[in-house]
Amino acid sequence: MNAILNAQFWFFVGITAGIFTILGLGLQLQFGYAGLLNFGHVAFMAIGGYTTAILVVKTGMSLWIAAVLALLVAVPFSLLLGLPTLRLRADYLAMTTLAFAEIVRYVAINEEGLTGGSQGTINLAGVGTATNYNREWLAMIGTVRDWLEPLLGDLASRDFIMLIIVWTVAIAAIILVQYLVRSPWGRVLKSIREEEDAAAALGKDVFRFKQQALAIGSVLGALAGVFHAFQFSFFSPADFVPIVTFFVWMVIILGGTARNWGVPIGAAVFAVLFAGTRFLDVPPFSWLESDERAYLRMIIIGLALILLMMFRPQGVLGKREEMVLE
Amino acid sequence: MSELLQLIVNGLMTGAILAIGAVGVTLVLGILRLLHVAHGDTIAFGAYAGLLVASAFGDNMVAGIVGAILATAVLAVGLDYILWRPLRRRQAGLVSLLLTSIGLALVLRHAIFWVVGANPRQYPLDLLRVFELGPVRLSLSQVIALVLASASILLVGWLFARTNIGKRMRALSDDFSLAAVVGIDVNRTILLIWALSGALAGLAGVLQGLVRNSFNPNLGFQLLLPVFAAVVLGGIGSAYGALAGGLILGLAMEVATWDGLLGGVPASYKQVVAFAVLILVLIVRPEGVFGKAELR
Repeated sequence: MNAILNAQFWFFVGITAGIFTILGLGLQLQFGYAGLLNFGHVAFMAIGGYTTAILVVKTGMSLWIAAVLALLVAVPFSLLLGLPTLRLRADYLAMTTLAFAEIVRYVAINEEGLTGGSQGTINLAGVGTATNYNREWLAMIGTVRDWLEPLLGDLASRDFIMLIIVWTVAIAAIILVQYLVRSPWGRVLKSIREEEDAAAALGKDVFRFKQQALAIGSVLGALAGVFHAFQFSFFSPADFVPIVTFFVWMVIILGGTARNWGVPIGAAVFAVLFAGTRFLDVPPFSWLESDERAYLRMIIIGLALILLMMFRPQGVLGKREEMVLE
Repeated sequence: MSELLQLIVNGLMTGAILAIGAVGVTLVLGILRLLHVAHGDTIAFGAYAGLLVASAFGDNMVAGIVGAILATAVLAVGLDYILWRPLRRRQAGLVSLLLTSIGLALVLRHAIFWVVGANPRQYPLDLLRVFELGPVRLSLSQVIALVLASASILLVGWLFARTNIGKRMRALSDDFSLAAVVGIDVNRTILLIWALSGALAGLAGVLQGLVRNSFNPNLGFQLLLPVFAAVVLGGIGSAYGALAGGLILGLAMEVATWDGLLGGVPASYKQVVAFAVLILVLIVRPEGVFGKAELR
């Protein structure tokens, strides 16, 4: 099977890009506009996904209500993270946020009763009891497919419908963030990024604006986590390792900091690199074992990040002045 | 009580490794404004360099330790030439440097994975030999780790206190422009800092491999956040602080699991203790326990 010609393969790449667009927008708002060095973004993806799955399995709640609650839960968690840390210097903030994300992951691994432990959501109702939190999602997709099948035939797969939904939401999120950063609120945010003391001198409550940016970005992170949970029927703490946060950073740097429409560009390039090198079985990839391919993929992503920082730190769409942050 | 003693000894061992890892990170962060995320994977590089050199010399562990220290120092200096110096020349900011370091971490770790595979590896030592010092039991590898770690901490302390090189490094870390103005050769001192940081990372890698008995290429990244915590605890840029911070943190991580301490935390939460210490120190005393105040 030649994956390049397979539409289903490209649907999968597209879904990955869509989820990373939503994740990236959250970080774009936090870093690109508010200047916050958040290296714990993946924690909110985990919080979104786990809240959804836990509420459905443990309380029997409707998936749709659980998903909305998962987005709301991100706000108190962002306060928990932000209140003690947002006054810190940039490098300290990077370290604390990274540590926060690791605490979330360790809790997910060790609190088996709550999260299913290192085995993931498959153990949510205890070992041996099959759990299927996204039944309503799959049923909805099935219904839509039944409508579309007479029109589109084989093309109307589960992933195709997911692709349309994720990108509809992603584009809506881009427009929302674009609106936010062009509002007076967004202008204050940018002024804080450029010259915090000046913004404070003008009477702006710097801390409060940063906290708001962190909270909105975190809700977007949780939204990506909800979609991750929808798409994969099953996930585990291993899906939320710090590397995912690093990927999101690569996405926004690639597209350009403080450029919202750069995010989907960065996410698309990243998704082709990431999912592409995983499933493409054409030479030179087909010469390698699958684990070697996985290592090579990470090496390529790492090298891309290094070369980007050395030769075009402002990304595809960015302006250099908005990148060189002290 | 004997359990507590054992935990204290384990804690000193963990702490010594963190201390050795933290010295390099604190100097590089203090002087170059580089939060070196790839330091963890540099440590992993050292662990495997030690393994490969030891087996090349017929399972000679002494050769392995020396080889690890040299190879990792060469790696760190080489990276300064091809990566960090060009970025310094371009006056890259904190974010650019940090992201470059993340890219480097990805490359290093997965290159190691590619070369040696994901299966756990062990050093060529008799793992079953156990020494008993009163109530405390230590394996041969733990004894080696403890001796080497204490010796290198004393050596590094001496280097900073007594030698010209060490004083130059501290001066640079203390006040970069002042040190440059009084005629310290900045580029040479930076190279020496990378060499020292690399050598210590190599040693830390071998020691961590010894203490863990068997390890895979993730061992370095698993040390990274505790090392960061030790750096913050000691105050960024303070070499002595990093040594003390590492030891205190190692002790805290082990002793926190003691039953006598309100039941203790589960051993699987040891890492979380380090993260919690990191966040607590930042909230209560962001300049570090030994650092000077320079908050923002």
